[in-house]
Amino acid sequence: MQALSDVDLTIKKGEFVSFIGPSGCGKTTFLRVIADLEKPTSGTISINGMTPEQARQARAYGYVFQAAALYPWRTIERNIALPLEIMGISGVDQKARIKRTMELVNLSGFEKKFPWQLSGGMQQRASIARALAFDADLLLMDEPFGALDEIVRDHLNEQLLELWKRTNKTICFVTHSIPEAVYLSTRIVVMSPRPGRVTDVIESTLPHERPLDIRESPEFLAIAARVRDGLRAGHSYD
Amino acid sequence: MSGLKLSWQAGLALLFCVAAAIMLPLAGAAAPYSGGTTALIFVLVAGAALASALPVPNLISAAILFVGAHGAAWLLIAGITGNEGTARTSFFLLIIAGWLLAWRCVTVLSVLRPVDRLANTLLRLLIPVIFGAWILILWEAITRGAGIPFVLLPPPSAIGVRLANSLPILWADVNQTIFKSVVAGYILGCGAGFATAILADRVPFLRRGLLPIGNMVSALPIIGVAPILVMWFGFDWPSKAAVVVVMTFFPMLVNTVAGLAASGHMERDLMRTYASSYWQTLFKLRLPAAAPFIFNALKINSTLAMIGAIVAEFFGTPVVGMGFRISTEVGRMNIDMVWAEIAVAALAGSVFYGAIALVERAVTFWHPSVRGG
Repeated sequence: MQALSDVDLTIKKGEFVSFIGPSGCGKTTFLRVIADLEKPTSGTISINGMTPEQARQARAYGYVFQAAALYPWRTIERNIALPLEIMGISGVDQKARIKRTMELVNLSGFEKKFPWQLSGGMQQRASIARALAFDADLLLMDEPFGALDEIVRDHLNEQLLELWKRTNKTICFVTHSIPEAVYLSTRIVVMSPRPGRVTDVIESTLPHERPLDIRESPEFLAIAARVRDGLRAGHSYD
Repeated sequence: MSGLKLSWQAGLALLFCVAAAIMLPLAGAAAPYSGGTTALIFVLVAGAALASALPVPNLISAAILFVGAHGAAWLLIAGITGNEGTARTSFFLLIIAGWLLAWRCVTVLSVLRPVDRLANTLLRLLIPVIFGAWILILWEAITRGAGIPFVLLPPPSAIGVRLANSLPILWADVNQTIFKSVVAGYILGCGAGFATAILADRVPFLRRGLLPIGNMVSALPIIGVAPILVMWFGFDWPSKAAVVVVMTFFPMLVNTVAGLAASGHMERDLMRTYASSYWQTLFKLRLPAAAPFIFNALKINSTLAMIGAIVAEFFGTPVVGMGFRISTEVGRMNIDMVWAEIAVAALAGSVFYGAIALVERAVTFWHPSVRGG
């Protein structure tokens, strides 16, 4: 079965690109192809001049999944240390990186807790810290806040923007929430299903500084309306 | 009246008391119970049953029930000594009344919630101890009261005496069977099962070839394999260890293979995004995730190993070992010695199992079944 066809996209360094579309439009598949978790049947993908396989071997990206996927037998700090251990980073350096990334996601003080002692939002923040710990320039996020409630989600969106500004990473973010996509992104890729394809690419005109109430501004609503139009146009079943 | 704590156990015990009084005497023929003793037994049972309804703290009513139930049982069993088989219905009614009081006692104890940790631990030990003691008391009272033939079922007191008098022999048997056959076979069998599981996981064609063969080995009847292994490895403990290896290999293999598949897709994808090697993924993700399965196999194997080593000794052994002792003492009608060996085997098996369960709790503390939620 074909999940995706005719996708042509260039993502610049430091961008925050959201992929939005109904389920089955191949947005997660696209992210997994970039991450070399799935092989494309045709076409080429280049990440800083490397193939996805090379990029994975070079640990060029951090991946945040739909669930936190923390290991329950490791404390939060040992979970964040997991990629560092695998990549053979020294103990002293590990400690410094754990401290820094835990501060970055506001989890300081929870180093010795086990994942199951934390709330869902905190677990997802820990998993973001884990993806940041080894300083990959690219962050791939697959509906990371999909399972969380609206209030926690708003809060984490704000923190994610803050984090993106401070770390200057390139972020590819998969979501099916229109406000989330518009609020976070510098560019929004609207996708449609059967077969998965890109129907619209929207450059955000919102300023870099984005308080939560920007979501009531006419500019924001205009972009949201365009995303909604793109989604509707792509729906083949109505 | 308010505050009375009525219970069906105490009520039924009183009823049994009345019935026992109607059907006196306690035992036939030689009349081993004096009038005073008989009266004391009735006072203990009926008194405890009545006192348990009084509105006093739970701890005090539990103490009264404890004294009443065990005092009566002690007097009844002590009285029947030398007059085995002469007990009448009245004797058994009173024993059952005592048992009901002990039941009530445990019920009262199990609702207690002491704040002190030491008291809590003691209470958690006391409840199963009373429960176990009453199995022995009923066993003792029935075998002696009804005069059950010794070769059919000896009373626990006779088994206890035999056990205490045969400690050196029992120790030599334990040393031969458990510290040599079981331990060596268990370590080799579990180790080989584990190593084979890893090998089958690493090499796909082995997975298809080895698992069916492992399955077949586990289906071999132990009674058929044991004499052959005795011929191969000699009469001493190595042949018994070989039987244990055959018995413990497969549960470990199957459980480890299942455990290695237990880690989630997302967790494995995560390792892939780190470009983690096969061995890194194995040690950091798949083996920890498999730990609950591996411990299951270790626990199953602890009992299988005991059975295997004891049964294997039936097919030729030097003149020491638990299986050897059981098979020869049965032939000599020394049933109490057989029971003493069974008791030792049960004790050793429980300690073995308990030790593994403790390690399991420490290692898989993170698993929902251990942390409770």
